[in-house]
Order: sequence, then structure tokens, then C-alpha cells
Amino acid sequence: MKLVVCVKQVPNTNVIQINPETGTLIREGVPSILNPDDANALEEALKVKDANPGSIVTVITMGPPQAKEMLQECIAMGADDAILLSDRALGGSDTWATSNAVAAGIRKIGDYDMIFAGRQAIDGDTAQVGPQIAEKLGVPQITYAKEFTIEGDCVIVKRALEDGYERLKVKMPCVVTAIKELNTPRYMTIRGILKGAKQEIKVWSADDIGVDKETVGLKASPTNVFKSFTPKPKGAGITVEGDTPKEKAANFVADLKAKHII
Amino acid sequence: MKDFSEYKNVWVFAEQRRGKLMNVAYELVGRGKGLAEEIGGDTKICAVLIGNKVDHLVDELYEYGADVVYVLQDELLEQYTTDAYAKVMTDAINEYKPEIVIYGATHIGRDLAPRIAARLNTGLTADCTRLDVNVANYIDYLETYTTASLTGLDRNDDSKGLKQTRPAFGGNLMATIVTPNTRPQMSTVRPGVMDKRERIPGAKGERIDVKVSIKKEDINVEILEVVKAAKEMVSLTDATIICSGGRGLGDASGFELIRAFADKVGGVVGASRAAVDAGWIEQSHQVGQTGTTVKPHIYFACGISGAIQHLAGMQTSDIIVAINKDPDCPMMHLADYAIEGDLKKVIPEIMALWDVEEAE
Repeated sequence: MKLVVCVKQVPNTNVIQINPETGTLIREGVPSILNPDDANALEEALKVKDANPGSIVTVITMGPPQAKEMLQECIAMGADDAILLSDRALGGSDTWATSNAVAAGIRKIGDYDMIFAGRQAIDGDTAQVGPQIAEKLGVPQITYAKEFTIEGDCVIVKRALEDGYERLKVKMPCVVTAIKELNTPRYMTIRGILKGAKQEIKVWSADDIGVDKETVGLKASPTNVFKSFTPKPKGAGITVEGDTPKEKAANFVADLKAKHII
Repeated sequence: MKDFSEYKNVWVFAEQRRGKLMNVAYELVGRGKGLAEEIGGDTKICAVLIGNKVDHLVDELYEYGADVVYVLQDELLEQYTTDAYAKVMTDAINEYKPEIVIYGATHIGRDLAPRIAARLNTGLTADCTRLDVNVANYIDYLETYTTASLTGLDRNDDSKGLKQTRPAFGGNLMATIVTPNTRPQMSTVRPGVMDKRERIPGAKGERIDVKVSIKKEDINVEILEVVKAAKEMVSLTDATIICSGGRGLGDASGFELIRAFADKVGGVVGASRAAVDAGWIEQSHQVGQTGTTVKPHIYFACGISGAIQHLAGMQTSDIIVAINKDPDCPMMHLADYAIEGDLKKVIPEIMALWDVEEAE
């Protein structure tokens, strides 16, 4: 089988700190990682490959040249091939423009039976690029996958909902987006790390993938960042007023609602 | 600047499951009505109801503030599928041309909206926690709650673009996103953030039945089963709300109240080392340096005085709520909300006031 996995290199947001004086992100020293949900997407593709020897797993990403490091990690985990879409013309793309570029990259890869992606990336948390790639490629999607099996030419996916789950069946090819519950990503192997260091990462430009330049990059993106800022630092706590437990509870819950905390 | 004058009205996707509206649908109608007022003129707030045999929900939407309810019904729309809902919603948007369309950022809204945005070639902003049209209101928000610079903003600016504000980088950074060159402007909105309007019994609006064109062949995904289940046990590290109990519970039975509290608010049960050492609860619930380090959105410390080793495991929580008889203990000083009192009296009162998002 031919399996494509869409991945993204992200800053590890767990260790992000804010400069209290300027209110901006401190990026120095923040490690870049393979986006966690994408690691689950890759793992699922590798499991399919384990069960179907001869399968090819291709990872694809869009980003700056340093995203190669993450692709080498993907090879070290077991991916066969890695493609980096990198071009100034693609910079500043929003989710719509990103999906145009990645879909064009996948079209250039050609034949595919399945496309896996993470549900969302921890830097933007949009969960939009997976479904938008599916739309651009004209294939069905199943998001929030927590269980995945192949049955003949179909896949059966357990899709998580807030209040339960649904089991869905769809013919391949399709896009499935992974959540953490889907599996536990494997570690890189020594042999894989060596392979990753040696193997050439293919770098494709906007021209290489033949994407219409009017549909990618900052200028083409329908959404623009108007302002970015940080919330005001937390002030001192408040002592909840009230004469009775009931009054205190009411004041407390009202304040949470007023501040849109709940 | 493009001419968008043919795009009118604010639409909200009124998500229903099993014939019952999700809470977020009322919240969107509430905020959408505010946006329609901010745009002014004859701008209407319209709910879009998609399903099968959902007529009984139309009056409810009027009562929560909808001026218009577009009803899209078909047997093939009884259960949500990406293919069917995306098709009928896109068709309706193309036909009626709303200026703004907002969806709840539920697992369904976040599956549906990006697909529609890609098909319409318009922008979509995910998981918004604030929406503004009125510039002066937006400036007030920036001044009160953020460190944003106000350069380039003018209180008297009467432009009507939608300003969509959302957290990024795990909430460390906020961004306001605009969609200047395409219509409709679309967003998904985090459930529980917007205010619903007070229900006005008997309120009426205009119903528009939209002819839907959907065939079985349009739907690629087959639904094998839909299972409604209680929330699965979430781990402490993933929890958005944690309800922790300590020595102040008095004895092991105190955790029954903490469990009920956690169930009510959609949280996970945590504990201090004192409570674990006393044998009131298993070690897996322990928060602190020797237990699990947590960073939930809300941390309730109930009867926990705040030993240093416990604080080390939870002090970076977004919001800390302490409920304690002793107003001077370290936890009450650390807390964003310090509630002095008997936790056995205070917690039931909080539970009685807590609304939960759940479809029957």
C-alpha cells in the first residue's frame, strides 16, 4: 500500500515562556519537535506497513529548511521517504493556502491509498489543514480517529465525539486525522537514525509541485493576523465575598462566567 | 476593496444531536445576535438547523434570539456526515450569501467548517474565544485584558469587519484574525465561552425551509454505529479541570463529594499527598512533586493547605480555586479565587450552579 503522512514541525509549547517585559514569546532555546498528533498519524501508517510488507510510507511537510531534521526523525521511526515543501512563495500561508500547497505536493507524489494527518498542531491548534487537504484532493475524511482498521478496500474508524464515539466505514483513499488515543508512537531505532542521516530529503519548491502561486503564501491567504498580543499577567487573587456558602458559590460562579472562564 | 454588499446577515450553525440542540448553539445565537446589532441596519441573526424531523427545535431557536431559522431537513441528514452536511450547508451559503457564519468548535463543527471553507475558498478562524465587529468594544477589550498596543486603532472607525480573537501556542499568546478579502467570514467558537440570551418564551421569528439536494451517492462514509457514552476517564495531565481533595476532607468518604464534583464540572479527581498517605484514595490521583505535575485550566484545591511539594505540582494551573476553612493557609494565598468556608457546604452550592454541555 502507498501511505502518505502529513506532518508539521512545531515549537514545544510546553516549554514556551513569555518575556514579562515585552510580552512576547521567548523563542531562543525552545526545541522544535514533531507535532504530537502527527507522531500518532505516522505510527498508524507504520503499523499498516508492518501488517502489509512492501508498503511505502511517505511523510510530507511544509516549512523552512530546518524542518529536514524532523523529517529525518520520521525516517528514523520507519518512514521510507520524506518530502519538504519549502519555498519563500509558500511562507505565511494560512490553513487554506497551506492545504493548497500540501494537496499539490501529494498530487505530485501520485498514487496513494491512504493519507494520515494529526488532528491538529500544538502551535496553532486549528485542526483545519487535514480536512482542507481532503477537500482539495476530493477524497472523504474522518477526523478524531481513535481506532483504525483496514477491511478489504475500506477503512473502519472509531471517531471520538465529546459524548461518545461513532464507528465509520469509508472506501480508500481517504484522509484520517489521528488523536493521541489512536496509538503509542514507536521510538526511533539506531538503524533508522543512521538511515535518516544518510537519506536525501527531497525538497520541492512551489514550481516543482505546480501549484498556482495565486493560491499560496501570505498574500493569497484569506485570513490575516490583525494583531497578536499576550493576556495581562495574572493579578493577585480575590477573596470571594459572601455571608453564606450559597452566596459565595454564586459570586464565584458568576465571576467565572463574566470572565468567560466557563 | 471588493464589493461585498450582496452578503448580508449573521448565520450560526445550530448543531443538534439526536434531536436536541447543543448548548453551544444557544451561545452562538446569543453572540451572533450581538454581532448583528453591531453591524446594524437590517442585519439579522439566522440559525441554520440541519437534520431530520427537527421541527420542534425551531421555536427554541426563536426563543433564544434567532430572527430567522433556515431549516434543512432530509432523511439523509438524520445523522451527521461530513459529506452531506458540507454539501447542503455550502449550497445554502451560496444561495443566501451570509456575511458571517459561525460554528461551535465541537468535534462536529471542527470537522465540518474547514471542509466548507475550503469549498467556498474563504477564510476560517479556529476555536475563537471572542468575536467583535464594533471597533470601540474591541479596543476596550484589548485595554482591559491584554498587553496589546493600540496603535493604528481608532475608536471612531465604523468598519464592519469581523475581528476573531483566539489563543495560540497553548494559550501563551493571543491573536486577532480578520478575513478582509473573501466572504463569508467564518469562525468556529469554543463552547462555553459566549453568553446565551435569556429565553423569551413564545418569541417568534421567520422560518425558511431550504430545499436540499442530497443523494445517497453523495455520502462516502457509512455510519456503522453511534455510541453515546459517559466521558471516558481522562488522565490528570490531560485534564482541563481538576478537583483535588486533601486532609480537610476529614476522611475517605470526603472523596465521594470530590468525585461527584468532578463529574459535574467535567473534571478529574486529584489528591494531596496527605490524603493519599492517609489511605483515602489511590496514589495514581496524587498531584505534586512526588505525584503528577499538572497544568489544567481550572484547579480546585478542596481542603488542601498547600504544602510546598503539592504547590510545585500545580502552581502553573491557569486558574486556582481554593476552598478552605483556613483563610491564611498557603493555598488560599496562591489562589486566584479563595473561598473561605466548609467545603462540604460550598462544593454542593457550586455544583448546583454549574452548567454542563451535554447532548442527551
